[in-house]
Amino acid sequence: MNPLYILDTLKFAVGVHSTFNCIDCHSMDYETYPHNGELKLEPLMTCIDCHGGDETYASWKFDEIEEEFHKSVHYEIYGDQFSCSKCHSQHYYKPVARTSSSLLEIVQADNAMCLSCHDNMARYQLVSDTANLQVVQIHDWLPNQDLHFRRVRCIECHTQVKDSLLVSHNIMRKEHATRNCVECHSANSMLQASLYKYQNLQSRSSERGILSVIVAGNSNFSTEYYVIGASRIPYLNLIYAVIFFATLGGILIHTILRIIKK
Amino acid sequence: MGTGEKLYLYPLWLRLWHGVNALCIIALIITGISLHYTGRSVFFLDFKSSVTVHNFAGLILSISYFIFVTGNLLTNNGKYYRVKVQGLDKRLKKQIQYYVSGMFKGEETPFPVSEKRKFNPLQKYAYIFVMYVFFPLLIITGIGLLFPEVIMEQVFSVSGILLTAVLHGILGFFIFVFLLVHVYVASMGKSPGENYKSIITGWHS
Repeated sequence: MNPLYILDTLKFAVGVHSTFNCIDCHSMDYETYPHNGELKLEPLMTCIDCHGGDETYASWKFDEIEEEFHKSVHYEIYGDQFSCSKCHSQHYYKPVARTSSSLLEIVQADNAMCLSCHDNMARYQLVSDTANLQVVQIHDWLPNQDLHFRRVRCIECHTQVKDSLLVSHNIMRKEHATRNCVECHSANSMLQASLYKYQNLQSRSSERGILSVIVAGNSNFSTEYYVIGASRIPYLNLIYAVIFFATLGGILIHTILRIIKK
Repeated sequence: MGTGEKLYLYPLWLRLWHGVNALCIIALIITGISLHYTGRSVFFLDFKSSVTVHNFAGLILSISYFIFVTGNLLTNNGKYYRVKVQGLDKRLKKQIQYYVSGMFKGEETPFPVSEKRKFNPLQKYAYIFVMYVFFPLLIITGIGLLFPEVIMEQVFSVSGILLTAVLHGILGFFIFVFLLVHVYVASMGKSPGENYKSIITGWHS
């Protein structure tokens, strides 16, 4: 049997839809075995058929996600053929960004969705004629590329942040992706509104280790990661300034005294 | 000015090291500030160039530091950096006294430069700290940040990279402060320009 037709039941059992029966989404006729071959042609349910306009799922904002997705390059080029399941497997999906406390795991799971096509020739060619995928070469301009790939998600640069959504779904054409380092590497880092958003929302209620209290004081400054230009220890800048100006002042006074007493 | 003999205190290799080190330090300070306070001011370099220059200058500085240490081990220059604990507090006090009041009263410097003593006690221990404590730590943390995968992921729930970067920043800041004081104190030769000339020609008069 074609292995693509066989579900990995272990992965299904830990996915979001693990409590579902097959016929909750698929045709009732699948109850009989062997299945009628024509059943493969059945019109499948879309995610929005269940998740759209339902109060139960209101906090997930599926309708808004769909709106954003309709602005994305995926929809622009492939229209309705590009369904949610292209990235979010309906059988195995896990909402890692909401359930994991490990940023590395969140980044890995998220990037795996993009790379499942953008770094997989067999899948990519289902929708594109491009003969040679060059994810690494295209991102050559990025300093410390490997580190960026492991620590931030593709969507950090390739989407426009939307405040009301946890994860932005408006994936833009590559020409519109940000190449400006300072968007993330600055005091007002974009990452606070994207990758670290969920953590930021949760942080007020979580307990912190003694060292992080010492380093960060009572501020919301996160000590769990470091981003050059964005991670700044409160008060340290003030201490720097005091020492710097005290030194300059000392030198100035000493110089004046030397001139006077000459 | 001076009536004393001229002393050849700074051999060529040391002067070259000093020059390369100075240029690297200045580049590292400017780019280091640019990286930490990104987007603040037009005076700072842009982020991407800062990363490149900082990495490159850091590498040259590390190599030149290795040359400095090797040079001190192989030549006589190392003797100026030997720690002598006995009576250290008195010697330091004497030198501080001179800088704070003695020199304004026209007193002679308590530790005049000689072939045996290139540095006064304050200078000597400042240099020992900077060269043998701050520099190695700065280089080690710098290498860590260049290859972040070698750094511990978490230390008591604080990012290991964050701690390394903060230590690197603090050390860098103190080197910056040291540079300011170093350049100023160098103006206290027999004439204000004397020491600057010495480090270029090698001769101290």
